[in-house]
Amino acid sequence: MGLLSKKDAKLITDPFADNNPITIQVLGICSALAITAELKASIVMAISVLFVMGVGNVVISLMRNIIPSKIRIIVQLIVVATLVIIVDQVLKAFAYELSKTLGAFIGLIITNCIIMGRFEAFALANGTWRSFLDGIGNAIGYGVILIIVGFFRELLGSGTLLGFKVLGDPIEKTGVYALGYENNGFMLLAPMALIVVGIIIWVQRTKNPALVEEQ
Amino acid sequence: MSKRTESNLYTVLFATVMVIIVGALLAFFASALKPTINENKRIEKQQNILYAMGVNENDETSAIFVSKDKVGEEFSKYITKQIVIQGGKVTEDNKAYLIDVKKEQTAEKEGKQRRLPLFIGERDGKTFYIAPIRGKGLWDAIWGFVAMDANMVVKGAYFDHAGETAGLGSNIKQRFFMDDFIGEHLKKDGKFVGIAISKSNNDPLNKDKTDNEVDAIAGATITGDGVAAMIKSELRKYVSYFNTLKTN
Repeated sequence: MGLLSKKDAKLITDPFADNNPITIQVLGICSALAITAELKASIVMAISVLFVMGVGNVVISLMRNIIPSKIRIIVQLIVVATLVIIVDQVLKAFAYELSKTLGAFIGLIITNCIIMGRFEAFALANGTWRSFLDGIGNAIGYGVILIIVGFFRELLGSGTLLGFKVLGDPIEKTGVYALGYENNGFMLLAPMALIVVGIIIWVQRTKNPALVEEQ
Repeated sequence: MSKRTESNLYTVLFATVMVIIVGALLAFFASALKPTINENKRIEKQQNILYAMGVNENDETSAIFVSKDKVGEEFSKYITKQIVIQGGKVTEDNKAYLIDVKKEQTAEKEGKQRRLPLFIGERDGKTFYIAPIRGKGLWDAIWGFVAMDANMVVKGAYFDHAGETAGLGSNIKQRFFMDDFIGEHLKKDGKFVGIAISKSNNDPLNKDKTDNEVDAIAGATITGDGVAAMIKSELRKYVSYFNTLKTN
């Protein structure tokens, strides 16, 4: 990356893999469980969080020297809630269809612990540009896991991807269903999301033993 | 962090200023965008009503409304009459579709007489009676519009939700669920019973239209029960009006 120094580039690439917010820091699990029953919702959530994290980290970083430390968490919460509400209102006025899709996520974005976590751990102590990169990096790391989980849950749970019946029709018994394959309804429930995240963590740690904590 | 930002006075001042700024910002956006948002909601309502009576641009699998530019024209073309039923009294009102069902439900709880809007549409020589319904899902409100014929047989339905779980409860607005209601009877042996959302009716293709049941969505039990409950409690209120239709 020619544009970014090596240190800055790491802000983007680290959360993507070895310091992933979901699989390593175990933040943002709640939304990873709640909305990954279909791939489309995972993608919408990933993009929303990307936006809020990028802008939110910049705003907090700009304010970092004037925020009183006693009420900093409240200030962070207000900043993210204000951002999300304004975006929601603007979408409702000018992109109503899109806002209908996002409606259910508004609350989940505001309470997403990754956002608060990055404000607290990074934006409060770092400059604007680096905070922006950190926000983007963490949001991508979060989004990738969401999309992987959403992919497997929708494929194995409903036999569809983005709503398309990729495995055939389960009721008419076409495609793989003709061979006796059945959808696994359990994949649609939250516990299975946790198990999928667990498998991702397992794979990641097997590939990179440095991540495994010492006994 | 400097010492200045640690004092109590600074903290209180900061909080006050921040609240004022954020409050002003939100108030500005809310009032500046309100007319546009309300207009969008009005258009959506017309689209929903038309959707329920089968005026839509559905492709093979997904539900698509008539486009925004055409909706006003189509609405006045297909919806021939709008009425308000209030305690047995029927009045015509061409703004009936703007009645807020939520407010009417609150008024009813306070002991006032509730206004029940009903939209009458004509398409291909058939008459559709479309009623708005509203109830509770798992997380938040759910609502919809049900088109019926004079015998209270469902001719079309549109459901929507504020915040049901994506991929589970949110599927009530998918074609595979809404289309199951078409042809389904709300009455059994002349008595109103509603439509249950069943997990055990052994009829996933919904071929039996007189069993007062449609197939449930896996993983969306509470949302599905909510749909059944709002159909039952809301449409029951229209029964006496439909009874007057039959004697005519």
